[in-house]
Amino acid sequence: MSIWDTTAGHVVVVFAEALALLVPLLIMVAYLTYAERKVLAAIQMRRGPNVVGPFGLLQPFADALKMVMKETVIPEGANRALFLLAPMLTFALAMVAWAVIPLNAGWAIADINVGVLYLFGISSLGVYGIIIAGWASNSKYAFLGAMRSAAQMVSYEVSMGFVIVSVLLVAGSLNLTAIVEAQKTVWFCVPLFPMFIVFFISTLAETNRTPFDLPEGESELVAGFMVEYSSMSYALFFLGEYANMILMSGITTILFLGGWMGPFNILPVLGPLWFVLKVCFLLFVFIWVRGTFPRYRYDQLMRLGWKVFLPASLVWLVITAGVLLATGTLPTPA
Amino acid sequence: MATLDRTARSLLLRELVSGMWLTLRYFFRPKATINYPYEKGPIGPRFKGEHALRRYPNGEERCIACKLCEAICPAQAITIEAEPRADGSRRTTRYDIDMTKCIYCGLCEEACPVDAIVEGPNFEFATETREELMYNKDKLLANGDRWEPEIARRLELDAPYR
Amino acid sequence: MVPTVFFYLFAVVLVFCAAMVVTARNPVHSVLFLIAAFFNAAGLFLIAGAEFLAFILVIVYVGAVAVLFLFVVMMLDVDFAQLRGGFQRYLPVGVAVGVLLLAELVFVMAGWQFHPGMPQLRFAPTPAGVSNTVALGNLIYTKYVLLFQTAGLVLLVAMIGAIVLTLRDRRTSRHQSIAVQVARNADNTMELLDVRLGAGIDMDAILRPKVIEPDGIDDDPLDPPQGGPPHGGHHPAGAHHGPEGR
Repeated sequence: MSIWDTTAGHVVVVFAEALALLVPLLIMVAYLTYAERKVLAAIQMRRGPNVVGPFGLLQPFADALKMVMKETVIPEGANRALFLLAPMLTFALAMVAWAVIPLNAGWAIADINVGVLYLFGISSLGVYGIIIAGWASNSKYAFLGAMRSAAQMVSYEVSMGFVIVSVLLVAGSLNLTAIVEAQKTVWFCVPLFPMFIVFFISTLAETNRTPFDLPEGESELVAGFMVEYSSMSYALFFLGEYANMILMSGITTILFLGGWMGPFNILPVLGPLWFVLKVCFLLFVFIWVRGTFPRYRYDQLMRLGWKVFLPASLVWLVITAGVLLATGTLPTPA
Repeated sequence: MATLDRTARSLLLRELVSGMWLTLRYFFRPKATINYPYEKGPIGPRFKGEHALRRYPNGEERCIACKLCEAICPAQAITIEAEPRADGSRRTTRYDIDMTKCIYCGLCEEACPVDAIVEGPNFEFATETREELMYNKDKLLANGDRWEPEIARRLELDAPYR
Repeated sequence: MVPTVFFYLFAVVLVFCAAMVVTARNPVHSVLFLIAAFFNAAGLFLIAGAEFLAFILVIVYVGAVAVLFLFVVMMLDVDFAQLRGGFQRYLPVGVAVGVLLLAELVFVMAGWQFHPGMPQLRFAPTPAGVSNTVALGNLIYTKYVLLFQTAGLVLLVAMIGAIVLTLRDRRTSRHQSIAVQVARNADNTMELLDVRLGAGIDMDAILRPKVIEPDGIDDDPLDPPQGGPPHGGHHPAGAHHGPEGR
């Protein structure tokens, strides 16, 4: 029995694995902020950051340095403990979800049976960081942002849940690796195309991105739930938001875009690279959407969630089940 | 039929897709902005920038302390004091411009009978303190010496229209 | 060893959080402790090998129900000083009810008989070779399908009932009809006329698409309906008068 088979050995291995995943992830987050500024700039025929380092490539680190050097301001009437807990919660939740994401066959840190539920559960917890921040700030803008976010996230989770159920129907498993394996012949974004679109738009709402960035509401709520935050506590929100974007892109990739499999199964050696490429494409779409659409009004947002997406995903769920049953392709659990 | 057409269009998210297509095309367009500190846009000969006091080619300052600029300045940014010099000519002993008051209207330049006070092409004179923007005669003359070639060329280009 | 440690950790924190839910002075803190309690319960489920239940608990209770709790508690701004006002007065009654309930519980527990195969069942919560989710699905969709579906129907009825009771069609509000807005195009908005010099045109209104208004709305902003506030803000001057479509 080697040392790695003991409990302590397991802990060390898992810790190393987590580090090997999270460090590149954080670098990716840093460069996602850079990519966002560059892509938005290009869409608006501007140049974007280009002074710090070659092509402005060191800009994220300059920003990070600026954030760290600033003073943390805690408002007078704020609930101190919760005020500081909120950004940590947001950031931590954006990180822990990565435990089950398989970057390649068998590359997940924890390949658990109910991976999809884990991801869904963690992403539904993301709202707490925002609500707690909004409430603990003791500021009306922050509170309005928190209220909006609570209603928005709960609404869109419902239709997201149904979309995930229709994927599960086709895949026949809650395990993420098994879901990816089930897409060997065809990616789920083809047979479930409308669900793919609904899911992607719901992820926009779930990550508070434009056109659903009402919790932040730059132009009406200043910065919404994070209006009172500064320095590192703000940076944690920022990192959490972008890490969530990457996470949601990862989930979409696994559920609909065949995870680590290349198109038509070409070059299976490149597994993780395919995964990262697909995630990058989805992130580009995230930013592209931000550069294209204006913010939804609150009642329109609610209407879209409850009156369009929910019925649409329900109907498509029934259709999926019916087709699977009629063609006898309903997967049977082992 | 029109209803069917509309329904199909809205189900296929035609509006969203056309919007995305538009922004994608703009994504590949050439940039409208210039790389500012390294590249600069062209400036017309009448551009009203930082002030300068000019000299004659022999080094004699042009200003004759007529105070027309002080009188016309709508922001009252100019302060002039004058005394006869040792050789008997009338010169300023003090010529101050409060650049924080100045509205860059160019009336001082218009009023000057000897083309002494001019607004030059320089617009990059931001300072770290407010005091540095209280220009005195030395600063203005130094500006004149520094920008003279360009100021002279600008006046020459603008002369036909005056 | 490790599961035991975690069991006691989760259990102790769960009990502590549950106690804090009822004793915390700030209602928002109460709800947050409730959420922490849910979490630890999910942890206990995980240790028991019921991962599906654990995550459903997190998704449904923590992710949705508790969010709405928090939402309501934050919005209501409950005055707890007032709520605790009658504490001393109602103490005897409360204690009496509590003692009664405790006595009942004791009687029930005293008469509890465990199934002889209980210890084995506890250590094998699911049949061998089948994942927890599959086992649960097999059970509720075969053996208990009737009960399960009935429970679902009861919930559905409750939901519809709640909606019917609370949904009132407010006749005075103007709703946005997105379909009408989207269907509108230049043809029914403007008309190009060839006007002779000095002749002018005979036109007294801006063209508007036909919108079906709720009954309670009077179209004339200068004459608001009796008993309700005027809706001046909704009427751009002149936009509403005149013939629809000329």
